[in-house]
Amino acid sequence: MKYAVVTFPGSNCDWDTYYAVKDVMKEEVDMLWHGDNELGKYDCIILPGGFSYGDYLRAGAIAKFSPLMKEIINYANAGGLIIGICNGFQILLETNLLPGAMLQNKNVHFICKQVYVKLNNSNTPFTNAINKNDVLNIPIAHMDGNYYCDIKTYKELEENGQILFKYSDSNGNISDNANPNGSLANIAGICNAKKNVFGLMPHPERAVEKILGSEDGKKIFLSIRNHILQSKN
Amino acid sequence: MEITKEIILKHNLTMDEYEKIKKILSREPNITELGMFSVLWSEHCSYKSSKPLLKELPTAGVHILQGPGENAGVIDIGDGLAIVMKVESHNHPSAIEPYQGAATGVGGIIRDIITMGARPIALLNSLRFGSFDNTRTKYLLNGVVGGIAGYGNCVGVPTVGGEIYFDDCYNDNPLVNVMCVGILETKHLVKAIAEGVGNPVIYAGSTTGRDGLGGAAFASKELSDKSHEDRPAVQVGDPFLEKLLIEACLEISSKDYLIGMQDMGAAGLTSSSSEMASRGNCGMTIDLSLVPQRDNNLTPYEMMLSESQERMLIVVKAGSEKNAINIFHKWNLNATVIGKIDSNSFLTVKHKDNIVAKVPTKALTDDAPVYKRPSEKPNYINNIHNIPVDITHTNENYNDVLLRLISSPTIASKRPIYEQYDFMVGTNTLIAPGEGDAALIRIRNTNKAIAISIDCNSRYCYIDPYIGSQIAVAEATRNVVCVGAIPLAITDGLNFGNPENKEIFWQIEQSIKGIKEACEKLNTPVVSGNVSLYNDTNSIPIHPTPIIGVIGLVGDINHITTLSFKNKDDVIFLLGDSLEEIGASEYLKTQHHIIAGQCPKIDLKLEKEIQDTCLSLISRGLIESAHDVSEGGLAVTLSESCIKGNIGASIIIGETGLSNIAQLFGESQSRIVISVAPHNLYEAITYLEYKEIPYQQIGMVTSDNYLKIDKLINISIDNLKKAWESLKL
Repeated sequence: MKYAVVTFPGSNCDWDTYYAVKDVMKEEVDMLWHGDNELGKYDCIILPGGFSYGDYLRAGAIAKFSPLMKEIINYANAGGLIIGICNGFQILLETNLLPGAMLQNKNVHFICKQVYVKLNNSNTPFTNAINKNDVLNIPIAHMDGNYYCDIKTYKELEENGQILFKYSDSNGNISDNANPNGSLANIAGICNAKKNVFGLMPHPERAVEKILGSEDGKKIFLSIRNHILQSKN
Repeated sequence: MEITKEIILKHNLTMDEYEKIKKILSREPNITELGMFSVLWSEHCSYKSSKPLLKELPTAGVHILQGPGENAGVIDIGDGLAIVMKVESHNHPSAIEPYQGAATGVGGIIRDIITMGARPIALLNSLRFGSFDNTRTKYLLNGVVGGIAGYGNCVGVPTVGGEIYFDDCYNDNPLVNVMCVGILETKHLVKAIAEGVGNPVIYAGSTTGRDGLGGAAFASKELSDKSHEDRPAVQVGDPFLEKLLIEACLEISSKDYLIGMQDMGAAGLTSSSSEMASRGNCGMTIDLSLVPQRDNNLTPYEMMLSESQERMLIVVKAGSEKNAINIFHKWNLNATVIGKIDSNSFLTVKHKDNIVAKVPTKALTDDAPVYKRPSEKPNYINNIHNIPVDITHTNENYNDVLLRLISSPTIASKRPIYEQYDFMVGTNTLIAPGEGDAALIRIRNTNKAIAISIDCNSRYCYIDPYIGSQIAVAEATRNVVCVGAIPLAITDGLNFGNPENKEIFWQIEQSIKGIKEACEKLNTPVVSGNVSLYNDTNSIPIHPTPIIGVIGLVGDINHITTLSFKNKDDVIFLLGDSLEEIGASEYLKTQHHIIAGQCPKIDLKLEKEIQDTCLSLISRGLIESAHDVSEGGLAVTLSESCIKGNIGASIIIGETGLSNIAQLFGESQSRIVISVAPHNLYEAITYLEYKEIPYQQIGMVTSDNYLKIDKLINISIDNLKKAWESLKL
């Protein structure tokens, strides 16, 4: 099983993600450079958090033109697993691998804090090790995490079970108070209709060790491992 | 251009200084040379007022690999690793343009760390603003916090700690001091040196423009009503470019062909070229026509004085320039050879085939005049020791006083601020802002961690700069002790008013003397620092504000401590002596709007014993929490431990002979509140008795969610929390 983490100019969670996958999950992982033109064979590609191209123009808007992104889009269309975390999620939106857009946080500030997210659909490659309605404790750190899409898209997301995580309180109550950034319907993470491309604003790689405050992020990596092992058998 | 008296004075040089320049050159300088001297001889770059005093500070120690004199101090932490640290001020720029002023302050201090070959792993900041109710304070606060967040978050260095005070004396002259800590493999330590005749000099990073022209000179004079006219002297930062520069510089740091590297900070190209050549006892020629420029009309004067951000000067071995440049090109950065090392001792600057400046390098860096300024004890100090209210006979409601204190802007939770900073990136933050007395950063692939704190109570320093500065060192080191770390070294950010005023100079003398003695007694050498003078607005000075950044080492991350009370029935102890001390307190300021009385006493020998004892208790795994007693006194310390633990405490102090106010809100030094689980009680008490330090068992952690102190305080933790979390930006 082999992961890849893509470094864009301005990525700053690339090594955190690498350590989480390699040192904590004990999986093989390669670091890829955004400027490469060829993509090797991988079971899962991670677009990490950070400020690719300084978030200039719009978060993720310039990264989508990186040479490797062309290959990554082909890989996604062929059914390959991709997870975009924070800025990675923003890049997936800009490349239209996922629907919708990110607005600036409602309070117009960067927000870094521990939050809770509730699982809405456990029948995906990214969430199969988590029970539906379970609550995970995973931190957020972003300026533009206020997810928005039109009503038609939202209905499709809901009907297809593409809304994977919603911000909640520690008891799983989904309310305005539990919504850190004004995101539509408390959306924290969505996947595409084929369920092979997943975008998530919270940072699971920051929640993989007890000493860092939470291990809940491991459940997402465990789900991916389950899925890959099953599909290989 | 003829150099007139007007031009000389406009460059912030005295006529005597100009005569000295003429003597050095044996001729009149041209305008470019005058500009170069003016910035390197400015207070900001030359330390001409503070140098004789700074020499007194202890700077050596067995684990100190590099003290002051380089871009940052370096401390050995074993395992082939070293920590690099420095604090720097960006006060004047932040007063005029808070967002960019603070942002470029962050950028500059990060570059000081990467030039040593170290990866930046943590940022802290120490901020001072005017009265919280002042509308300009809100503007400055939001701008500064936004700038620190905007820059620090983007470059991916976690902002893990800091402190903020509000006082009228900073109304027009806020202080923005930023500290950066980095880590490197000792064998890859890089110095800012130029040597090896014929070796190429490479310019890397952003292009040169007119921004920040003469920033160092601007930072070396008082602010006034006209200071907004200096707005072009404030630089503009590009954190994305800085992130690329970090990665490229770290890549080149591990190469054998690298000789030296320096940031183009204050005084830009002039300081980096002359300082590197001066350290290497060599000469250097640079050709300005080769410098990447934003505007092709830039004059040599403007290029030599520009403070455009995110630029580096690098010297490599001849023949390897292509490899070096390729690293920068990979990160889409400019990099080009602009000069070479000479066998003479001059900095020679060419432009379009003409020599536009030729100056002895040492004249710029070492020959700046040094002033022994006159000093005199200020008058105000003679009148400040009497407290004009009788606090032993007040009939205040202590619950109300406590709630007012913990909601005061200086004490209240800074959550609305630190949540704007990415304090987790790097996934090494073991103790996040608000959780402990110091931040704690894990050192990957070891069992170690680094504790960092930054502190100064300038009210104490105003009343007594000598004792106040000792307390600043004591409190900063106590804070790292409270999370379980041995204090290793400090970096000092010395912020004062105009040193040409003899009363201010007296404050500087007293303060440095205090730091010196405290550092000697507490075994924490000063490895780096920064001096910011002329912090006056229209001749009203700030309080003396010697900010102390400290790093400590945790040998085993299994033995660390946070400040929250953990479990009911844990027993609470107060280490140290409580005295009848209410002077200079947050209580007097918040409740009675006065800054008066005596500064708390400090016995450095006792401080060391208390710190050592607390550290031993933590490393033996005997205590559940530790929190030092500071602003607001014992009642505030207990409140914070309860709030963070979301649990109550029942405290019985009993008859001590102290007034209730001093007992609850006095700020006696060298005190730490700890809690001990019942099964460790015997061993903890035995150890405390063995160490013979003053201590008192004062109560228990309780499950009833109330803080009760004798018959004086009885408040629910919810109400405490509501007050503590009430800060609105």
